[in-house]
Amino acid sequence: MCLLIRLVIKKLDRNWQACLHLSLPSEPGWRGGRGAGRAPAGGRQDGAAAVSARQQEMEKARPLWDNPVQFVFACISYAVGLGNVWRFPYLCQMYGGGGFLIPYFIMLIVEGMPLLYLELAVGQRMRQGSIGAWKIISPYLCGVGVASVVVSFFLSMYYNVINAWAFWYLFHSFQDPLPWATCPLNSNRTGYEEECEKTSSTQYFWYRQTLNISPSLETSGAVQWEQALCLMLAWLVVYLCILRGTESTGKVVYVTASLPYCVLIIYLIRGLTLHGAVNGLIYMFTPKLEQLSNPKAWISAATQIFFSLGLGFGSLIAFASYNEPSNNCERHAIIVSLINSATSIFASIVTFSIYGFKATFNYESCINRVILLLLNAFDLEEGSLTADNLSEMKDYLMAAHPQEYAQLLPQLKNCSLEAELDTAVQGTGLAFIVYSEAIKNMEVSQLYSVLYFVMLLMLGIGSMLGNTAAILTPLTDSKLIASRFPKEVISGVVCFINCIIGLIFTMEAGNYWFDIFNDYAATLSLLLIVLVETIAVCYIYGLRRFEKDLHTMIGRKLNWYWKVMWAFASPLLIISLFIFYLTDYILTGTLQYQAWDATQGQLVTKDYPGYALAMIGLLVASSTMCIPLGALVTFVRKRLKRERVSTVA
Amino acid sequence: MVAFTMRRYSSKTTTQISNVLLCNVTDRVSFWFVVTDSTKNTTTVPGSEVEAAIRMNRNRINNAFLLSDKTLQFLKIPSTLAPPVEPSTPVWLIVFGVVLCLIVAGIVFLVVAGIQQRKKKNKESTERENLEDKGEVTITIENGIPCETLDLKAGHINGVFSADDERFTSL
Repeated sequence: MCLLIRLVIKKLDRNWQACLHLSLPSEPGWRGGRGAGRAPAGGRQDGAAAVSARQQEMEKARPLWDNPVQFVFACISYAVGLGNVWRFPYLCQMYGGGGFLIPYFIMLIVEGMPLLYLELAVGQRMRQGSIGAWKIISPYLCGVGVASVVVSFFLSMYYNVINAWAFWYLFHSFQDPLPWATCPLNSNRTGYEEECEKTSSTQYFWYRQTLNISPSLETSGAVQWEQALCLMLAWLVVYLCILRGTESTGKVVYVTASLPYCVLIIYLIRGLTLHGAVNGLIYMFTPKLEQLSNPKAWISAATQIFFSLGLGFGSLIAFASYNEPSNNCERHAIIVSLINSATSIFASIVTFSIYGFKATFNYESCINRVILLLLNAFDLEEGSLTADNLSEMKDYLMAAHPQEYAQLLPQLKNCSLEAELDTAVQGTGLAFIVYSEAIKNMEVSQLYSVLYFVMLLMLGIGSMLGNTAAILTPLTDSKLIASRFPKEVISGVVCFINCIIGLIFTMEAGNYWFDIFNDYAATLSLLLIVLVETIAVCYIYGLRRFEKDLHTMIGRKLNWYWKVMWAFASPLLIISLFIFYLTDYILTGTLQYQAWDATQGQLVTKDYPGYALAMIGLLVASSTMCIPLGALVTFVRKRLKRERVSTVA
Repeated sequence: MVAFTMRRYSSKTTTQISNVLLCNVTDRVSFWFVVTDSTKNTTTVPGSEVEAAIRMNRNRINNAFLLSDKTLQFLKIPSTLAPPVEPSTPVWLIVFGVVLCLIVAGIVFLVVAGIQQRKKKNKESTERENLEDKGEVTITIENGIPCETLDLKAGHINGVFSADDERFTSL
């Protein structure tokens, strides 16, 4: 009798514990502090066996960040990337200068913060990579996770090429003078290279000596061995950082997150003290509020916030899955998004002061050239023409010697500071051409060059860590792969495959393929992925259920603001962005690209050939199709299982 | 200067300053000049010869006036630009090599350390299993996680639950 009762009580005890685990996803590592048990020696053999089995599971417990600071730094390092440096200043310039900040901040509050919080919360709650997390929310949504991984894979393929270019420029910064400061000589050494004469030395260095670009996409050319070496080095660096998972990544992000800020501060001080920097700042930041009525300004602000935070790739989910379950991800989401936007503005101050310096330098050189030309033509005394009296003297000369002046007229360019400031550049052009042009005119240019390209490298590697985490976390979570191969081998294989495919971008036509990937691989697919994510969490998983989970995790009630944004505002915004992009693509007709014409020394517009268009279609389709395909496959599998069960029964 | 140049080039010692005729002299120190042949008083030396002579001695002419090719221009005589100094191995390859060696060393170190750690863990766990089967070791487990690996990070032994057996009425 006594024995019976004891057995019954023990059994109840176990069932009670089992009931507890049903309310939370069962995976190793989540035993919510519900008490301890002691495993005594001998006696209860079944207990000891169960305990040792659980102990083995525990040893493969999910790796965690050492402290929340590492997590925040990892998110900042991932979100603050090259887009903050080379895209935001361009947008600011195009859409009304200081006035652009208004749509930017509105979009940050309406779209950026809620979506970032959503992704971090999902990752922290489900404690799995993107595929596993969405499978838990609904088995039909595993396609969303797969689509995220596919997009991350495309991104990591082409993004590391930028790091390769940064390495190339960095290694070339250890020379005096800088190699992009002067044109190389032609073969009989009587003058400069023809191509370099037509354009500037910095553009020549970028297009000819770095990329060795071909005149069009069709002429692929050979793989440039120097670029291939730099790409290989870039992948080795990434492998070194992700080798041990969060253990190594956690230490690296301390450097990659903080070093860019040090360099930006140095550049801010240097930039503001440059001659003519104030011109740039005044010109760029004067708000042109009439641009606010242009819908493109609002769409660009929304797009910039969306892509700048890196939503939808699965990296944020991966990072958050390595968190302690009680981590306050709400606070971290707000911090990361604010720091990201602040960095964009900070970087644009630096960029505009550099622009101002470069524009003033070019303007003054132009004026000096005009003065020299006039002095030589009219044999005037040195010093009689200065920048101040130039316009009056020009009128006087036009009146006094009309014929000679008319002959000179085609060579006399009208130098204008606004025209120099108006040259708006974005992307690799800004980072590698404009900045290097400004750097070559500074004193101690080697130092500033090294600092700048190290900063670009840190930004690029920080983003690469996030991308590779998005690919590797689902792979290491899946028991199929993780049980057979250790983490190092999986990371190595992924890096190797990406490196080999990345060799395409080191060919002579590589930059054109890079532009294709940059413009089309991630844009539409991400919008769709995030839209499905938001709808899934709000309506399929259930907003109330998610709210309750967050309450157990963080311990605070969810603010009504987040609920409204998740349920209504953000999905509507994403749908409108999606519709806008689709109509834009349809209305533009054929897609075109900018090709470098060596004979003219400038970019010309060309149409994409058929196979390039097919590639673009393939890029977009392969990630977006994963979502419906995933649902379909799960449906078919469930059907088959049900049929099998019913036939067996 | 020009006379000296012509003397050097044609090794005719007879070219004098008077053989060099100037015209179109302007205030900004620019002029056209012609060199006459000293042996035959009226003919002029052909332009190509004068050009070649100037080209040969240009450095000396520049230095006499403390000017350079950019500031003293002879029209239609392009200057031979000095090639940039190029070291035997390009500098960038040297820096590349250094960085590559560092990175590869780091990778090898981490991989080897990882392999060693895994071997140690495997050995420890097999030892522990052997001891468990013999029933000699009491492992303090907390919530299913051994205390050593936990390092008491996530929670601690809850006194309420540890006295499990005593809550139930002993039979």
